Amino acid sequence: MSDWTANIWEYALWLAATVGLSLALLVGLLIIIAFLLLMDRKVWAAVQLRRGPNVVGPFGLLQSFADLLKFVLKEPVIPAGADKGVFLLAPLVTAVCALAAWAVIPLDENSWGRWVISDLNVGILYLLAISSLGVYGVIMGGWASNSKYPFMGALRSAAQMVSYEVSIGLVIITVLLCVGSLNMTAIVDAQRLGPGTMVGLPGSIFDWHWFALFPMFVVFFISALAETNRPPFDLVEAESELVAGFMVEYASTPYLLFMLGEYVAIVTMCALSAILFLGGWLPPLDIWPLNAVPGIVWFLLKVVFMFFMFAMVKAMVPRYRYDQLMRLGWKVFLPLSLIAVVVVAGFLHAFDLAP
Amino acid sequence: MNELLMGYLPLVVFIGVALAIGAGLMVAPFLLAVNNPDPEKVSAYECGFNAFDDARMKFDVRFYLVSLLFIIFDLEIAFLFPWAVAFKEIGAFGFWSMMVFLGVLTIGFIYEWRKGALEWD
Repeated sequence: MSDWTANIWEYALWLAATVGLSLALLVGLLIIIAFLLLMDRKVWAAVQLRRGPNVVGPFGLLQSFADLLKFVLKEPVIPAGADKGVFLLAPLVTAVCALAAWAVIPLDENSWGRWVISDLNVGILYLLAISSLGVYGVIMGGWASNSKYPFMGALRSAAQMVSYEVSIGLVIITVLLCVGSLNMTAIVDAQRLGPGTMVGLPGSIFDWHWFALFPMFVVFFISALAETNRPPFDLVEAESELVAGFMVEYASTPYLLFMLGEYVAIVTMCALSAILFLGGWLPPLDIWPLNAVPGIVWFLLKVVFMFFMFAMVKAMVPRYRYDQLMRLGWKVFLPLSLIAVVVVAGFLHAFDLAP
Repeated sequence: MNELLMGYLPLVVFIGVALAIGAGLMVAPFLLAVNNPDPEKVSAYECGFNAFDDARMKFDVRFYLVSLLFIIFDLEIAFLFPWAVAFKEIGAFGFWSMMVFLGVLTIGFIYEWRKGALEWD
């Protein structure tokens, strides 16, 4: 009896700890995204020689929180012709699928253990699967709105997202060939040794996969832009053609959840490229002052750096046409990444370097 | 609790917490904000007229083609995952058999390309 109750307490404690950690990660993530959103707008403004948001709080730092308040206090409009259940479910699916990806993203590894909610041995497979599910939110939103613009936007978006997912998948395969594990922490740990250490340097940025697999890093970055519907691939919500794509009929927090899902997906892609190609939480040079900095600081810096690249692309590159987009995905990236898989596998096999 | 369960249970808890946050945000304006619909406000966004027919209309067959192609290539990626992880253990036999598989797929891909399934014009 006492044994049984002790077990119950143990489980309850475990559950409370997991809920607490999940809540901490999610709230932290959402606060970081609030500031990244501001950074996005500031970078965009700076490129165009504007000031960007600068009224709410010092330097406009509280702008995103003011926006949140505004969204919550806006009237939620549901179109008369819409399928109400699916219409309201769609943004929830998008946001939850985007947030759920963060359960397997490791933030750091130190003497406390691995900073990850669920250290799955198939982490990257889970991530690929759950980020694919985001398409459902878009399709459901576009279909349920019962309006022409959202319908067209949803079709375009679905075709675009699945097209670029193929090349992202193949790029991940090339990384996995160099790692030999699907665990996210193992992928980062594999970048402690690489071309740099082979010639006798201490662990440095040259050991990370971006150096050995540079063309794949570029393909991954551009595919990530397309996968998350970022400019120059934002044909889903091309203002001049489709007004706002599948989000036309949405208002208030249902719209906010779509936006949130989009930005969470972008940050997930940034974190994924930091883990796959930029060495996760490893310092850029493994010598004293740099390797004393906590790993999570390096990880966050890399994520912010990738986000900065996303923002700069948005500011500088004109939008693609839809046929150009599909041509790039199917006729350039797919053959390129397929050849890369063969070349990387052949290289590892020929020189017996496979881990 | 066994090892497998311990790996996946936190995932369920995490998704539950994410769902709670999302649902909370979703419900908030229905409780807090004014809700004052009128026929013009809840009509579908169009050019100012009411829509003549249902918005769920016929659409281009190429979207189907893209989704079919996606299924083939995504399945291929699903095959490549275990192959990439076990690359060292399976040795030369594993390497060459996957190369043959990729070769067959490439022939199919070239056929589609030549047939014009990838054209958008």
